[in-house]
Amino acid sequence: MALMHEIDFGTPLPIAGTFVTLEIDGKKVTVPVGTSIMRAAVNAGVQVPKLCATDNLEAFGSCRLCLVEIEGRPGTPASCTTPVATGMKVRTQSAKLARMRRGMMELYISDHPLDCLTCAANGNCELQDMAGVVGLRAVRYGYDGENHFKNAEKDESNPYFTFDPGKCILCSRCVRACEEVQGTFALTIDGRGFASKVSAGGEQFLDSECVSCGACVQACPTATLIEKTVIAQGQGEHSIVTTCAYCGVGCSFKAEMQGEEVVRMLPYKDGKANHGHSCVKGRFAWGYTTHRDRILKPMVRAKITDPWREVTWHEAISYAASEFKRIQAKYGPDSVGGITSSRCTNEETFLVQKMVRAAFGNNNVDTCARVCHSPTGYGLKNTLGTSAGTQDFDSVEAADVIMIIGANPTDAHPVFASQMKRRLREGARLIVLDPRRIDLVKSPHVKADYHLPLLPGTNVAMINALAHVVVTEGLVKEDFVKERCDLVAFEQWRKFIAEERNSPEAMEHITGVPAADVRAAARLYATGGNSAIYYGLGVTEHSQGSTMVMGMANLAMATGNFGRRGVGVNPLRGQNNVQGSCDMGSFPHEFSGYRHVSEDAVREVFEEAWHVALRGDPGLRISNMFDAAIDGTFKALYIQGEDLVQSDPNTQHVAAALGAMECIVVQDLFLNESASFAHVFLPGSSFLEKDGTFTNAERRISRVRKAIAPMAGLADWEITMKLSEALGYPMNYSHPSEIMAEIARLTPTFAGVTYEKIDELGSVQWPCNDKAPEGTPIMHVNGFVRGKGRFLITEFVPTDERSTERFPLILTTGRILTQYNVGAQTSRTANGVWHNEDVLDIHPFDAENRGIRDGELVSLASREGEITLPARISERMQPGVVYTTFHHAMTGANVVTTEFSDWATSCPEYKVTAVQVRPAKHQSAWQEHYRETRRQTTQILGEPSPTNLPRT
Amino acid sequence: MTSEHMVHSANQIALFFASYPHEEAVAGVTDHLRKFWERRMQEQIKQYVAQGGGGLHELAREAVKRLD
Repeated sequence: MALMHEIDFGTPLPIAGTFVTLEIDGKKVTVPVGTSIMRAAVNAGVQVPKLCATDNLEAFGSCRLCLVEIEGRPGTPASCTTPVATGMKVRTQSAKLARMRRGMMELYISDHPLDCLTCAANGNCELQDMAGVVGLRAVRYGYDGENHFKNAEKDESNPYFTFDPGKCILCSRCVRACEEVQGTFALTIDGRGFASKVSAGGEQFLDSECVSCGACVQACPTATLIEKTVIAQGQGEHSIVTTCAYCGVGCSFKAEMQGEEVVRMLPYKDGKANHGHSCVKGRFAWGYTTHRDRILKPMVRAKITDPWREVTWHEAISYAASEFKRIQAKYGPDSVGGITSSRCTNEETFLVQKMVRAAFGNNNVDTCARVCHSPTGYGLKNTLGTSAGTQDFDSVEAADVIMIIGANPTDAHPVFASQMKRRLREGARLIVLDPRRIDLVKSPHVKADYHLPLLPGTNVAMINALAHVVVTEGLVKEDFVKERCDLVAFEQWRKFIAEERNSPEAMEHITGVPAADVRAAARLYATGGNSAIYYGLGVTEHSQGSTMVMGMANLAMATGNFGRRGVGVNPLRGQNNVQGSCDMGSFPHEFSGYRHVSEDAVREVFEEAWHVALRGDPGLRISNMFDAAIDGTFKALYIQGEDLVQSDPNTQHVAAALGAMECIVVQDLFLNESASFAHVFLPGSSFLEKDGTFTNAERRISRVRKAIAPMAGLADWEITMKLSEALGYPMNYSHPSEIMAEIARLTPTFAGVTYEKIDELGSVQWPCNDKAPEGTPIMHVNGFVRGKGRFLITEFVPTDERSTERFPLILTTGRILTQYNVGAQTSRTANGVWHNEDVLDIHPFDAENRGIRDGELVSLASREGEITLPARISERMQPGVVYTTFHHAMTGANVVTTEFSDWATSCPEYKVTAVQVRPAKHQSAWQEHYRETRRQTTQILGEPSPTNLPRT
Repeated sequence: MTSEHMVHSANQIALFFASYPHEEAVAGVTDHLRKFWERRMQEQIKQYVAQGGGGLHELAREAVKRLD
């Protein structure tokens, strides 16, 4: 397999309209109107020399290498900036053009170091290529004049790439990539004339506004901006296209390899979720895959206070299986269960739930989606008929009004945020509903029309107020509702929502948002054209998370915003395979494809395929498992790729539950926090070590392709298979494609999915079946999946988590750009230079009242527990609300969060915890206890010290 | 599950369905408990109701009585 070089067409593909035919070097070519001559030439099989052009950036016309001659026109126009015309006859080669190009190259090379043989870009440098293409043989100007490279200072501040201004040719591709692709505007050309230089705002890259997305590095035609791994290792010799294992955007990457070693991850241009863009995590933060903390041998121990003992796979699997059998024999068949992972592949997730249902013989299976987007599934299924977002990402390009609710895309879904920002720069209007002033409220060339800074816990009051305006001001799309929705349910809802108590004025004292702003935002959403809602965990992680999802669906139905590009209700999924893990039947009440276990006909299909009798009653959710463990009726748990202790709320309750169990089997890359309570550790495999598929937030199923062999010997699906076999229920798959074939046979929405189809199309969005053989980018086009859209009444019910004199502030938690969830991956990369500890964001007013100064240690206490962490005074917060992340185990953010949860799905209410904040002098008792016990519970026999102490 | 937690969870469900006409609401709560509550939880709340069901929302109490 060779290193994959993608074709660079030089300029972007224009939106297809009418076509024109022209002639280039005697070859006829037909292209869309608006295509550049340069791009048309590539289509005709003709390469025009270029340096400043690349096809993910608008034409710039500065390098003057791509000059051409056009019959009947004077001069030599740049082919990148000159659009095609019917009948045009273009000549890309002539003696005159060759002379001019060589002249340009002489100027470039006269100010460029001639160190090609030792340059990291050697063999992959466009300047070098063009010197060859134009036939440069000499530089008349010599190299002794004033230049930019002899005293150039290299900026090595960024952990992942270097900036060597001495090699810069000022093509502006990096600056334009930062603007057009990423939308951060961190780079500029500083100075004029000979003094011109690329600048990160006059600062080192690390200190600048740069978000390290890598777009500038990718755009650079020379070694000016280049990955440190390429400098250290050289260039890859083959590449493999795979899917990122971080957020729910699901970016496609080319893993460039030297043998079994990754050299760099480059975003794949044909990736339909990311179109060749990336963020700092997917692009650079993959070093965790080979981090020294990886556990590569299975381990067991009788008690969690014992040191771990390394054993063979056979011994570990046999021990785990015998413990599950012993416990079931002693405590009953329902005393064990399993947790699937949203970080693992669809195939692996499917196998875990299959093993629980078929081998354990119960439905005690759940997934980490429980604690993030379970309300999305419940709310959308009950209103629209399917548990998934309605659009593809590209749909945002047709949105006229974008409403972001409880999401921070620039941090949590950065690649989609860039696409969204592009649309906003084109003129789409923006409404933000968030207690915090997230970046999108005001950032370069983006400004929200309305920021409604509602108080945490008041989402439903706000969505009802917005809908009230729509209903009472005559803004309902009556035709749409009449044709597409259940009218009885609609009238019931209309009557409810029109009640004065739901008006913005009545809700103002609850939400804290001026009624006039709410009215204006509602009018804009209802009348602004195509309106699209994008939301995140700020919607779902509430006691009324499911109600809020229904409320958004109600609002979008009432305004006719479903079934076409530019509209819809779109969950931004947190992890790479949250959608997939839900699709695969990870919840205790349903099989793959969201079909309840009590449906006899469905169950029979699975029983026939799996040759085993299946239970028709729902199993335990994660939180129910904890309660049952404390009650003494739930005793053993198999956890694949999930860290319950760090990510679930009320850590001390979780620890008590896990501590009460007799056998916990953790399958993971690292000794995570849950492993402190485990008796068997099965070393898992990273996304680079296995085949499979991930399904992203837009229902897009993409291939994960094995780049290296599993470091511990087995891929996760193979481990589950071995465990199942030891339990007495053998599974016989020789490759994940066979698992997908079974998923397709058993799941109507996946009926047409095969690895061959994914390879052919690049990716495919479910439903993919006879009705939609190539998948479904946009759902509910001709009608809702459930038939008629169903309005549901969404009464606002305040959370029982109340602020009081003792706990007067409200804490919300979330994540930031450079770290990812519990930090298992990102904390083992250089991303720590940006964020090496969790901090508490607090408004200056609240800080001053408490005598808190920026950077000082503070105590954060709730009714559940207390931790300490540094304070960061920030006007991004509103008074009364504080915020922190949960990326670092030592912080223990979930020590303070509560067990209050969504009424329908038990999704924890992470976004509302009543707290008090005070200056502190030392770490909390919990943190001191944690440090001591963690050391003990991670000890491996024969090793001098624990391999995985928390990073402080 | 503590009784307090169980009652709180059941009442949350009841409060959602309380916006609907009584019969529809009771059916909604029953259906929800049946579809999403595990056997042990259903048994626990049935026993709780049999012992008086103190603190339970009326809709939840009625719904529990309809569980098999």
